[in-house]
Amino acid sequence: MTRLVDIALTVNGKPVTGKVEPRRTLADFLRDDLDMTGTHVGCEHGVCGACTILVNGASMRSCLMFAVQVDGAELNTVEGLAVDGKLTPLQDAFHRHHALQCGFCTPGLLMTAEAFLKENPSPTADEVRDAISGNICRCTGYIPIVEAILDAAEQLKKTDAA
Amino acid sequence: MKPAAFEYIAPVTVEEALEALGGSGKDARVLGGGQSLVPMMNFRLAQPELLIDLNRISELAGIAIREDGVVRIGAMTRHRTVELSPEIRECLPLLHEAMPYIAHVQIRNRGTIGGSLAHADPAAEWPALCFALDATIVARSSSGSREIPATEFPLGILTTALEPDEIIAEVLFPHQPAGRRYGFQEISRRRGDFALTGVACTLDLNADGVVDASRIAIFGVDDIPLLSAEAVDALTGNTMTDVLAREAGRAAAAAINPRSDLHASSEYRTQLIETLVYRALKQAAGADLLKDVA
Repeated sequence: MTRLVDIALTVNGKPVTGKVEPRRTLADFLRDDLDMTGTHVGCEHGVCGACTILVNGASMRSCLMFAVQVDGAELNTVEGLAVDGKLTPLQDAFHRHHALQCGFCTPGLLMTAEAFLKENPSPTADEVRDAISGNICRCTGYIPIVEAILDAAEQLKKTDAA
Repeated sequence: MKPAAFEYIAPVTVEEALEALGGSGKDARVLGGGQSLVPMMNFRLAQPELLIDLNRISELAGIAIREDGVVRIGAMTRHRTVELSPEIRECLPLLHEAMPYIAHVQIRNRGTIGGSLAHADPAAEWPALCFALDATIVARSSSGSREIPATEFPLGILTTALEPDEIIAEVLFPHQPAGRRYGFQEISRRRGDFALTGVACTLDLNADGVVDASRIAIFGVDDIPLLSAEAVDALTGNTMTDVLAREAGRAAAAAINPRSDLHASSEYRTQLIETLVYRALKQAAGADLLKDVA
């Protein structure tokens, strides 16, 4: 057994501490140590995008990072999106457009799209497709996902204007 | 999938990292963005005893333009930082153009120039970009630093000129003359996949549209990128027309013998190179591509 390392970080705005083996991936730390199973683990080698979370605001693969590396970092996961059960405009758009079927890819897509819409609030459909190219969905054929993200962009603009 | 157990250190200075790398007596690996090494560790294809994480060494990251016009990119600079940098857009437009081809945004947010060069995947963009721009790789060990021309850096698949006690500290890109033109083209099965093949080129035209100089780097055809002397010979001294761009593509394709693998046959890759060299030159020449005289 290797030495355990103490880490302290922020997850969805709340301070969190942990004691981890260096080989503990960030995805496994979230799921197995923090019981935050919203972040999904698919391929575990950086291809499928299911484990995408935000690290200091940027979307990254949590399966390709070790928990020891995020000591001091601020993370956002899918659990931090809805507040008191109220869906964010992006989640609501996924719901209305049926942008998920089995739901396995959804947390990664939501986190990818969250970061994307902050950078590009008025995207074209092509830009959306490019932005989600690192997230594999085997159910929807992507069309409703693209529609949902475009719709969410519109809703967010209305909210910002109001 | 869990990586095999390893010891982990995250030094904050290059000296500490080099001391650990050279003096540990262990099978040590340095960790950049981890977008290649961590998958290999998850599969247990790589099982280092000691992992030296460079992510907390701030002096290794960043972009700086020296007074002589040389652009210095620190080894731990993320692909995404290069993609979004106004200085890179201005001074090294080829890099700005090529960055979106590197994997997906989540990978570009984490992956680094040094990591990509040290990993030396034959289908990766960075080694070819460094060939095209005649970059120099600065390697450091505890006994000092040395400069390695980018064209002499990759030795084979996943093999480089780095010694076991060395890390990449930075990459130096020579000043690019005003008016130089650039093209970047690659083909992959899906957006963000590794390229089947690709081309990065520079092109200098005189006032009459005649090619003064060019560099044509080709990747994904051999173990390491290559510079097509044949395409350059076809271009030099000739007026940059559509027909000439096609000739250069044919010259480049005639001189290569690409690998076949499950993604593409050798014949298909050869045809791709012919077309991609043509497209890259057309892209570089832009509106100054002269109409062919009938």
